[in-house]
Amino acid sequence: MTQKSVAPSIEGWFTTGDTPHLIGTQCKICRTYFFPKQDLFCKNPGCRGTEFDEVELSRTGKIWSYTEHYYQPPEPYISGDDFEPYTIAAVELDKEKMVILGQVAKGVAHADLTTGQEVELVVETLYEEGETEKTVWKWKPVAS
Amino acid sequence: MAKEVAVLGVGMHPWGKWGKNFVEYGIKACNDALDDAGLEWNDIEVVAGAETVRNGYAGYVAGATFAEALGWSGARVSTSYAACASGSQAINNARAMILADMADVILVVGADTTPKGFLAPNAGERWADPDWLRFRLMGCTNPTYFALYARRRMDLYGATEEDFAAVKVKNARHGMANPNARYHKEFTMEQVLASPMVADPLRLFEICATSDGAAAVVISSMEFARKHNVDPVKIRAVSTVTPTYPQTTIDMPYFSTDSAATVDAPALTFKDSIAQAAYEEAGLGPEDMSLAEVYDLSSALELDWYENIGLCPKGDAEKLLRDGSTQLGGRIPVNPSGGLASFGEAVPAQALAQVCELTWQLRGQAGDRQVEGAKAGITANVGLFGHGSSVICSV
Repeated sequence: MTQKSVAPSIEGWFTTGDTPHLIGTQCKICRTYFFPKQDLFCKNPGCRGTEFDEVELSRTGKIWSYTEHYYQPPEPYISGDDFEPYTIAAVELDKEKMVILGQVAKGVAHADLTTGQEVELVVETLYEEGETEKTVWKWKPVAS
Repeated sequence: MAKEVAVLGVGMHPWGKWGKNFVEYGIKACNDALDDAGLEWNDIEVVAGAETVRNGYAGYVAGATFAEALGWSGARVSTSYAACASGSQAINNARAMILADMADVILVVGADTTPKGFLAPNAGERWADPDWLRFRLMGCTNPTYFALYARRRMDLYGATEEDFAAVKVKNARHGMANPNARYHKEFTMEQVLASPMVADPLRLFEICATSDGAAAVVISSMEFARKHNVDPVKIRAVSTVTPTYPQTTIDMPYFSTDSAATVDAPALTFKDSIAQAAYEEAGLGPEDMSLAEVYDLSSALELDWYENIGLCPKGDAEKLLRDGSTQLGGRIPVNPSGGLASFGEAVPAQALAQVCELTWQLRGQAGDRQVEGAKAGITANVGLFGHGSSVICSV
């Protein structure tokens, strides 16, 4: 059996490894954070910044809200033949003061989530394309 | 009062899944609105169309498409696209021309033919389009966002599944008296709560469908209306404000909110600010409203709107619902038309349909869904990419 290769579903949005991070940018002038990466112009109306530092965003945060999906969404979502319900969480990052969406890690029951719960970023397979597992960032409750 | 314009006529094609070209629906709505106004097509100086993005080139140039279908008359045309607020933007563009003395009488129209199921992004590989990416990377549909707001209401304010179902029961009952609604069926709380879960905590009967439909409004200067001896319903305000940075409520179709790390969040949320701008322009407040038509894309979203349009403080919407204030016969009926729960969404026509309902209510022509003694009303909606609108009309 050949080992499947692993590749991110989108380049440059997150790091991998044991402690993955989402990759954002920070305006060099006003220091505002952006995710997905903003690298052309600062969206702060009081700032004309056009240069940005790439930064790793906080990899933990608190659940702002969450929902479980029971129906297969339309394309371009790739769900294979056996559709399984999945959960999406909106997570508040304390330092960056922003809320970021992501699926919740596989195996986490929707009923075990609550608003305000602490979660961390993980990277998991989103779908398979040929012999490649395409990964994405997900949120997972921090083991207490 | 210098900014008033007159609503001379309104018309709609009933909502449904009729399987026809959107132009056919739109022309029916236009002709009804012209008849209602006592005008002929040749009296119209400008056609302001609301664009549909699901019907090819003809939809992109909706203003011209309807002008051609009615017969080229030399009328000027404009077309507006602002997602769910397209109809209000079309009204606002028409209103601006009237207030600038560039035209006296304008036909505003929006119509749509929609596909079945979840609204999906445009086709193709679109790696720079957040609306495409949210589906690809997260399976994040529109009901995902509705469900996030609903769950937050439950955790913050103690909303219950029964509250969400009660909104559907109320709006379905209202819609039974509306010949233009798609659904004319009474629902019990049990039926709603037994419908399949789509995006927890929202169930199938609590998420609005997508529909075909059309709505048209003829507006004019007050002088034009007076010359025609009409005492018309007046448009007092059209708010089409965008969010104020940083927008800190997660919104369709984005992956994140803005960061409030360097600039503090504004005092008003985006949806609060939409209604606030309308009240300011009209010189009226929530206490002056007799009814409201709000965008119940989900039943839970209707509760958010009670607070956004100032009917009650944050966290009190459930109380307003439970004590019957927002049903017909209550203090401030919300969605007497039946709302999206009874219509389903026909994007470019929906904001115009809200104005049609205000007009019928304020004229006392709403039949069995009439709000007694209605003097003023407000509409509110919000859509993708920072679009939203609110229109205030009064007698």
